[in-house]
Amino acid sequence: MLQEKLLSICPTATFEENTQWPTINIESTEWRRLAEHLKNDPELAFDYLFCITGVDWKTHLTMVYHLSSTIHRHTIVVKAKIADRNNAAIESVYNIWATAELNEREAYDLFGINFTNHPDLRRLFLTDDWVGYPLRKDYEDPINMIKL
Amino acid sequence: MGDLIINVGPQHPSTHGVLHLVITLNGETVKKVEPHLGYIHRSIEKMCESLTYRQFIYVTSRMDYLSSHINNHACALVVEKGLQIEVPQRAQYIRVILDELTRLASHQLWWGAMAMDVGAITPFFHAFREREIINDIMEQTCGARLTMNFIVPGGCMYDLHPDFVKRVKDFIVFFKSKLSEYDEMVTNNPIFQARMQNVGSITKENAISYGCSGPVARAAGVVCDVRKLSPYDVYSQVEFTEAIEKEGDCFARYKVRMKEMNESMRIIEQLIDNIPEGEFQAKTKAVLKLPKGDFYSNVETARGDFGVYIISEGGTTPYRIKFRSPGFCNLSALDHMARGNKIGDLVAIMGSLDLVIPDIDR
Amino acid sequence: MLTSLVELTIVGIFVLTLFAVLGLVLVFMERKVSAYMQIRLGPNRVGYKGMAQTLADTIKLLVKEGLTPDGADKFLFNLAPFIVMIGAMLLMAPIPFAKNSQIWDLNIGVLYITAVSSISVIGILMAGWSSNNKYSLLGAMRSGAQIVSYELSAGLAIISIVILTGSLKISDIIASQETGWWLFKGHIPALISFVIFIIAVTAETNRAPFDMAEAESELTAGFHTEYSGMKFALFFLAEYVNIFIVCAIGATLFLGGWMPFHIGNWAGFNHLMDFIPSSIWFFGKTFFLIFVIMWFRWTFPRLRIDQLLNLEWKYLLPIGMFNLLLMTIIAIMGWHF
Repeated sequence: MLQEKLLSICPTATFEENTQWPTINIESTEWRRLAEHLKNDPELAFDYLFCITGVDWKTHLTMVYHLSSTIHRHTIVVKAKIADRNNAAIESVYNIWATAELNEREAYDLFGINFTNHPDLRRLFLTDDWVGYPLRKDYEDPINMIKL
Repeated sequence: MGDLIINVGPQHPSTHGVLHLVITLNGETVKKVEPHLGYIHRSIEKMCESLTYRQFIYVTSRMDYLSSHINNHACALVVEKGLQIEVPQRAQYIRVILDELTRLASHQLWWGAMAMDVGAITPFFHAFREREIINDIMEQTCGARLTMNFIVPGGCMYDLHPDFVKRVKDFIVFFKSKLSEYDEMVTNNPIFQARMQNVGSITKENAISYGCSGPVARAAGVVCDVRKLSPYDVYSQVEFTEAIEKEGDCFARYKVRMKEMNESMRIIEQLIDNIPEGEFQAKTKAVLKLPKGDFYSNVETARGDFGVYIISEGGTTPYRIKFRSPGFCNLSALDHMARGNKIGDLVAIMGSLDLVIPDIDR
Repeated sequence: MLTSLVELTIVGIFVLTLFAVLGLVLVFMERKVSAYMQIRLGPNRVGYKGMAQTLADTIKLLVKEGLTPDGADKFLFNLAPFIVMIGAMLLMAPIPFAKNSQIWDLNIGVLYITAVSSISVIGILMAGWSSNNKYSLLGAMRSGAQIVSYELSAGLAIISIVILTGSLKISDIIASQETGWWLFKGHIPALISFVIFIIAVTAETNRAPFDMAEAESELTAGFHTEYSGMKFALFFLAEYVNIFIVCAIGATLFLGGWMPFHIGNWAGFNHLMDFIPSSIWFFGKTFFLIFVIMWFRWTFPRLRIDQLLNLEWKYLLPIGMFNLLLMTIIAIMGWHF
């Protein structure tokens, strides 16, 4: 079963109940190891990373990865918790799934999460000299933001 | 000659939108393509955090404006999934027919723009003449030609105009004759084929790794049509084949989209005569509040797999919303596809990817 | 002395007027032809049914500021459009517009035409180099390579008709078509020559589908990027007059010039055909060929530059040479009509 297999790779992971797809919560430090297993294990074979999201939970940040397998047709959601807001960092998976390269730049641009080992971490949508990370909940911009 | 760095865009004569590419050339050969995005970044995701679940749908029409119905459909689906709303049959049929008409219109514009990029200017006018008919049908029923805002959580905003069925049937008959004309004019043209074949190839593994979806992935052999893999609304009851090609070059992408146009017409033909009577919108509360949790739903737009991911904390506005746009991942494969090709091929590759930049920049 | 001076002046004024009028008419024709092919109307407001449109455009170009880029070589920059235009005007001389209406019937007419048409390449390269802009230099080099390559095929096609006639003199070529146009009398080799000629001539005038050098609008507008105002107007007009001239040459060599449509020795039919004035025959044939070349532009996509040169060196040139051999055999054995 998927749950047992993932627990054997990542013993400290927890699972969420009643979700659309199997959802696993891990710490950000275990992400890289889990990612390699998810891609390379022939029973899992998650080769299609289709959504990378960053979420700001006010006390910590989370990276949510939606993965799917084109061979076995199963889907999984991995939520990696980044505890430290001020020095948010998580390992990059650009050489496992090539789509991560541009998507992680977007997460860096909007949330300020530093992806270690990323070949070219720069801002993507905002100008290079922008200060701040707009999608964080504590982002203040008196000129451009309108609070409804 | 040493390495030459040139800029393409953000304004250029091809109708792609504001895309700025920094190309490193060695003589005539492209060494690296780097997209600079953000010229039309409107921070839609942050905006939607202060819009209610009935309001945020309308912003998504402006993202991939060529498949605006399909984008709205995705948002409606995710809200319905969260609230467990049952959509009436009539509304489901109407939504699917409008989706397929939008796909046809988007592919027509793509065809005209693709031919224009490669140098044949006349097909652009032919494509727009056909597209005008669809726009007129949309205007009569939905009230707008481009950003229709017709699909709401629970169904459709209004019922169909009485002339809708007849006009759609007339259009299908008209367009079928035109598609064979398109083949004569462009597809079978040896110059066009010489420009498109073996240009911008991508293998199946790379297509999956780059997250490509839609015609780009299907041209490389990836079976990824969302309408088949996780059918929504009436798609489980209609018969259509997925267009798959093997080569992964520009011409394969072209053929996939031409086949998709045929399949869209097939779907519409199966549904247009059998629209059941009934409600066009399910009864929902005035103020929608999704329960706490995560909800994801995806649809097949003309460009690929469009996904909406909502994280809700139980309020009237989403806590975090993420739009998974197909163009973003297709664009990331542009660098890989363009390396080693000539500069003249870059235009053909960009045209065959069918990029809509507001979809990428959100 | 005085009469020849007066004659020279009249001829000069005639050529200049023809140049101007042709430019006007051809630009308008292109816009209307393209419009009708694209299901739209084209210019139809300025003047009666839009006929004064080109005049309005010319006046606009005349009053525009003519900028010279900073580091440009001023002498060459100013000279280039004139060289291209002079090349086009010189080619008006040997072309017969009607019976007994040829400005200069020299005995090496065809050689003169091929030689003078090569001069425009110098003008293009001059324009590209003196603009001090690496993109227009690239465009000019590509244009230059394209024109020089396709001149070979055009030359071979022209020579095959000269073989049938036995003379380089244009009036002799037309006179030899009295029993029928060379396109029909020379059957298969003449047909092949005609097709090669049309393709080569479309490429020589930088028209689609061979306009990669100037239609690469994401990089450059070709060799005339830096030109504005009157100088640009000269390039623009020279391009259209070049189209007229090469079509006129094609009409003269393959379709009989001002010679009406005769069939062999059918005296009655030929006499009937002679009633239509020869100038109408000439202009009709030329404008038909111009229409065909315009038709190409709005139908076909563009060839990439390497595909373009491939087409010439690997396909048109070998076929042209083989066709020349075939034509020679036919001319010697008398197997033509």
